This record gives sequence, C-alpha cells and structure tokens, in this order.
Amino acid sequence: MSSETSHAPLGFWRSHVFSTDHKVIAKQYLSLGLFWALMGGATAYLIRWQIAHPDTEAPGWGFIAPDFYNMLVTMHGTIMVFFVAMPILLAAFGNFLIPLMIGAKDMAFPRLNMLSFWVFFLASVVLMTSFFVPGGAAAAGWTGYPPLSAKMEYTGVGWGMNLWLLALALEFASFLLGGVNFLTTAMNMRAPGLTWFRLPVVVWMQLTAAVIFMLSVGPLIAGAVMLLMDRIIGTTFFLPEGGGEPLLWQHLFWFFGHPEVYVILLPGLGIVLDVISVFSRKPVFAYRPIIYSTIIAGFMSFIVWAHHQFISGINPRLAMPFSITTIIISVPFAFVIFSMIATLWRASITFSAAMLFALGTLGVFIFGGITGIFNGSAPVDIYIHDTYFVVAHFHYTLFSSVFFGGFAGLYFWFPKMFGRMMNEALGKIHFWLTFVFFNSVFIPMHLVGLRGMMRRIANPMQYEFLKPLEPLNQFITLSAILLLLSQLFFVINFFMSLARGKAAERNPWQANTLEWTTTSPPPHENFSTTPTVHRGPYEYSSPESAEDWLPQDQPLNAPRAAAR
Amino acid sequence: MNADTATMSGATVPPGKTGTWWFLASEIPVFGGLIASYIVVRLGSAGWGEASGHLSFTLALINTFLLLTSSMTVVMAHAASEESNYRSVAKFLGLTILLGLGFLGVKAVEYTTEIAHGFTPASGIFWSFYYGMTGLHGLHVLAGIIVNVVLWIGALKGSLAQNRHRVELAGLYWHFVDIVWIFLFPLLYLA
Repeated sequence: MSSETSHAPLGFWRSHVFSTDHKVIAKQYLSLGLFWALMGGATAYLIRWQIAHPDTEAPGWGFIAPDFYNMLVTMHGTIMVFFVAMPILLAAFGNFLIPLMIGAKDMAFPRLNMLSFWVFFLASVVLMTSFFVPGGAAAAGWTGYPPLSAKMEYTGVGWGMNLWLLALALEFASFLLGGVNFLTTAMNMRAPGLTWFRLPVVVWMQLTAAVIFMLSVGPLIAGAVMLLMDRIIGTTFFLPEGGGEPLLWQHLFWFFGHPEVYVILLPGLGIVLDVISVFSRKPVFAYRPIIYSTIIAGFMSFIVWAHHQFISGINPRLAMPFSITTIIISVPFAFVIFSMIATLWRASITFSAAMLFALGTLGVFIFGGITGIFNGSAPVDIYIHDTYFVVAHFHYTLFSSVFFGGFAGLYFWFPKMFGRMMNEALGKIHFWLTFVFFNSVFIPMHLVGLRGMMRRIANPMQYEFLKPLEPLNQFITLSAILLLLSQLFFVINFFMSLARGKAAERNPWQANTLEWTTTSPPPHENFSTTPTVHRGPYEYSSPESAEDWLPQDQPLNAPRAAAR
Repeated sequence: MNADTATMSGATVPPGKTGTWWFLASEIPVFGGLIASYIVVRLGSAGWGEASGHLSFTLALINTFLLLTSSMTVVMAHAASEESNYRSVAKFLGLTILLGLGFLGVKAVEYTTEIAHGFTPASGIFWSFYYGMTGLHGLHVLAGIIVNVVLWIGALKGSLAQNRHRVELAGLYWHFVDIVWIFLFPLLYLA
C-alpha cells in the first residue's frame, strides 16, 4: 500500500480530519452514517418493544412514556432518511466512486467538498443536541406537520423542534454544496474518451439523484424557514388562526419528500446494477434505455407528491391525476428491474456476499414496488393510509435500497476503499440472516396494517379491535430484534477485515470500471497517469478479449498493463 | 474553486461557472417555493390588498432603482476584470457594495417604520409573507455584499489577478438576487 507518494505527507489533521481528498471525505460520511444507523436501530428497537409489550420496561432502557414514544418515531424516520440513507448512499458512495469512475484526480472543488462534510457534521451535532434540551427532541413525526409542529404547546417540545428544523436546513445546505460538486465534477473532469454513454450506471444514477435533490429541496428549505419563523417570531404561515394554511406545509414537504425517495433509491439501484453485471459476467442489459428510464423517472418524480395527501382533504379532481402519475412512474422503475433480471438471464453467476445483497435488493424492492401500486391508487389509499401497511411498504422500498443496496456496495467496494478483503463467509451469513428476519418483520406488518392498526400510536392495546393483533406484533418485534442482532456479523466483519483482512489486489472482482485499474486503496490523486477510455463499462465475456472482462482503459491488441 | 483544473472531458465551460450555475439552479426553487406559496395562499383568502397598502411604495421603488443600478455596476466590474484593469474593478465593485448597502439601509428604514406602526411579523398572514420573503431576500443581498467585499479587497491588494473569473461568478449571483427582487416588488408592493 503506497499512498501520497507524490506529495509531502500532510499532518494527521490535514490527512485524516480536515482532508480535501474525496476518498477520505467518503469514509468520513460512511463512518458518520454508520454511527447514525446505530441510533436509528436503537430507536427502532424501542419503538418495537413498546408496540409488542406496551408500558413495560424495555430491556436495557426502561419505561417508554407516550411522549417519548412520539419522539422515537419522529427521530427514527429523520435519522434513517436524512442521516443514514443520504450520507451513506449519496455522499459516501458518490464521493468515493464519481472521481474514481471518471478517472479524475479528485472532485472539481475539493475544499467545497470538505465544507459539505463539516456542515453535515454540524447538522449531526445539532440533531444529537436536540435529544438533550429541555422538552426533548422533535416529536411531531418525521414529516413535521403543522399545526402540531408549529406550536410548543401541542407536543410539549420546545427547542428540540427548532433544532430539528435547524439540523435539516444545515443538512440540505450540505447536500446542495455536494450536489454542485458531483455535477460539476462529472461534467468537467471525465477522462479522455469517457463519453456520457460510457459512464457506469451507478454514476448516472448518482448524478440524476443529485439533480432531483437540488431542484426539489428548495421549497422545503423555504418551508423550514417559515416553520421556524412561526415557532420563534410569531408569524402564522401554517397557523389557521392567523390566516395561514397548514396544508401548505404538506405541499412544500412532499414536493421535496417524494423526489427524496428517488434520491435515496437511485444510487442503490445503480450499485445493484453494477454488482449484478460483475458477478454475472455479462453486460448490463439495455444500458441506454436504463439511462433514459432514470431520467424520465427523475422528471416524473416532481409530479407525484400529492399522493401523500389523499386523506388530507385534497380535491378529488386533483387526487386522480396524482394517482395516475404515481402508477405511471412505476414503469421506468419496472424497466430497470427487468434489466436486472435480463442481465442475470443465462449468466454464470457468482454468489458472493455483494451479489447476494444485490439480489436481495432486487427481490425486496419488487415486493415494495407492488404494494406501492396499492398505495398510489387513491381509493385504496384512503383505506390503508396511515396504517402499518404503508409502514411495511416504504420499509420494503427504502430498506432494500439503503441497507441491501448499501451493503452490496460496501461488500463490493470495501477492498478498494480500505485495501483489504472482507470475510465472505461472514458476509453470506449476514445476508441470509438479514434477508430472513427482514421479511419476517415486514411481511406480517402488511397484515397488521390491513387489519387497521394505525401508525404512530404508542399503545395499540388500548383499542379493542387491535387486541387480537398482539401475538403478531410480538412476533414482529422478536424478528426485529433478531434483525438488529444479525447486523453484528457485519460489524464484526467490518472491523476484523479492517484490521486483519487479506490484502486486496487492484482488481479482486475482475471488473472493468476505472476504479479497479488503480491500487487498492488508491493513492492521493487516484491514478499515476490519467487513464484513456476506449469502451463502455460492461464489456464482460466479450469475444474481443481472451479473458471474460475487458477494462475500460485497455486498448485492444495490447498487452495488459502489469497487474497489482 | 479550481478554475484552472484541466477540463479533461473537453468541456468549454470552466468548473467554477458550471458550479455557480448549478448553485443558482438550486436557489431558484427556494424562492420559487416561497413565491408559489404566497400566490396560492393569497388567492385563497381576502384582505391582502388592504395590508399591502401600508407598505411604502416610494421606498420600494428607490430600492428597485438601487438594485438595478448595482446590476449595471457589477457588469462594469466584470468588463473591467476582462481587461485586467483592477483599479476599475475595485471602483465598480465598491459602487456595487455601496448600492447593496443602500438597499439594506432603505429596507431597515421600512422595517422600522412598519414595526413602529404595529405591523410586526405576527400581525397576520400578509405580514408573515412580507417579512419572510423580504427577509430571506435581504439575507441573500447581505451574502452577495460579503462576496463582493472579499473580491473588492482582492482587487485593491492586487491578489485578484489570478482569480479574476470570480468577478463574473459573483456577478451571476448578484444578478440572481436582483431578479428575485424584480419578482418580490410587484407581488408585495403593487398587487
């Protein structure tokens, strides 16, 4: 492992903490995201305990009061979406992969990149602080609907809610700066020969996600400022008594909130497509149509948001068009899924840990996509809205992208990131336990929802008609605890491999993309010479090559550059 | 920003400019969301014209004039930077900064008068939007002034020569802030 040979070594602080190297920044995002995943998991445990065994002491914590329960569900959603999915899928993978996959030395604006991370770090500190202020953390749901969120008297939460808004505003600022960097890097710094249609799918999906994010988050930034003003200086944007309109927040929130779903879905799908192609030894099926589908889905993501508001008193003449667009947006995604399956068709598949997680994403996401059709249709949604059916649905879509997709990416790029191989056996055990317990948590949850159990209630046993669901809820909770414990296999594997894993060669998976042509881990500024690209990223089993892979930078009829 | 970073993909636009345009693209929805909210809520309720009548049209007109003029001076600063005439750059950036400060000064007089007459942000939905929209815009003006001050110091000290493209980038942002005001002025003061 040689690194930073071309530069005088920077001190510890400049090379590990305040670094402008995109790879270090990616690892910082990854570490902070994984830390928040622990917090997200802990909140999930307490939520599930309270539902299955209401008003008993949760082992390792204690009694969960109803107002604390509100805080738990609010912070679970906030943490998982904004402080786990975003930093890991978008920031960590995007930062690590984009410059390496386009053959660039670093991001276009390395110092801006560092600033993005530290603004996100500040957002994390603010969110963490909000747990410890008087009144506790935000408790108005992760969607923060006013009037509940607009006045302290309604939830009993004072500064916790203000800090929540501040943390989100900081996080959005951080990811806006990150998005500027991603897009400029990809537009201006691609290696010679690397045309747009020779970019790996994962880069395309990262860029589309960045554009969707940047063009949708603005209204919610404005909304966050408005809500903060309502709370602090007495404006009445969302308060009916002052002429304001609570529904306005729902529009501002979901105009961002629904595109955000695709922001954290697309990078996961991109990772999965890359991993599936490598371990199938076949080109990604229908590369260009996938790109077009992604772009169409990106456009469409801006015109589906009101399907979150079917029971908010929306005009039925407006509900129907949003139902239709919602169902239509499943078409481009169905296309991407078909491409994954077609890539697998008659392939020689290697079931590595990364591949298992990629296939897991595929299976789980299909299930979540199908229940999405139910939710998207207004007449059905009116019946199942705000029940556990919806909770089960979005966990199928988001858990598949963020965790199955994220783990696929981690097992796949860990050698490139850290220069060591992960333990495959532990990885496979991790996959199977995660897959089994994930499904045993969330399949029964659909049934619980269909039988009428509402979201965000602290004690379902208060309701006569929900009492028969107690055994099912206890089964879900037991499975959820086992799902959380299964992640120990990953934690152990991660740290053991970091310390003692087998040293990784340049290209352990025999993949084509540019990041595999440099050392593992890559040196500062990534490549000893700027690579020249001759072909697309997925030339596996090509008749033009004696081996079953053909790296993007290798001229035909030329001896392969010395490996390792 | 590394404007001198080699553009390997043959892009003709330097990274700084691409980045600035993407940044502006992400700023448009912030004000777009706010303006759309204003229009929708206003169409759905009455009494807005009466509240709007308490604002000072004259002061807002002066402010519009100040900002439009500053858009001209910032273009002249850009033109001077293209000719590497940094004394001229400093002069026009200085004027831009003064005009921006003048805008904020007039805005401060407006706020003070309105609050003295009892129209605070808590006085109803029109005033919520009025203070929210002009406040967020004012913060953007302030940010633009800070950026221009940094460049102005650079022009005076002679260190701007290696980063002269920044005058253009700051100008792009300044125009954006100006255009937002062109939307706010009729919506708040004239409608």
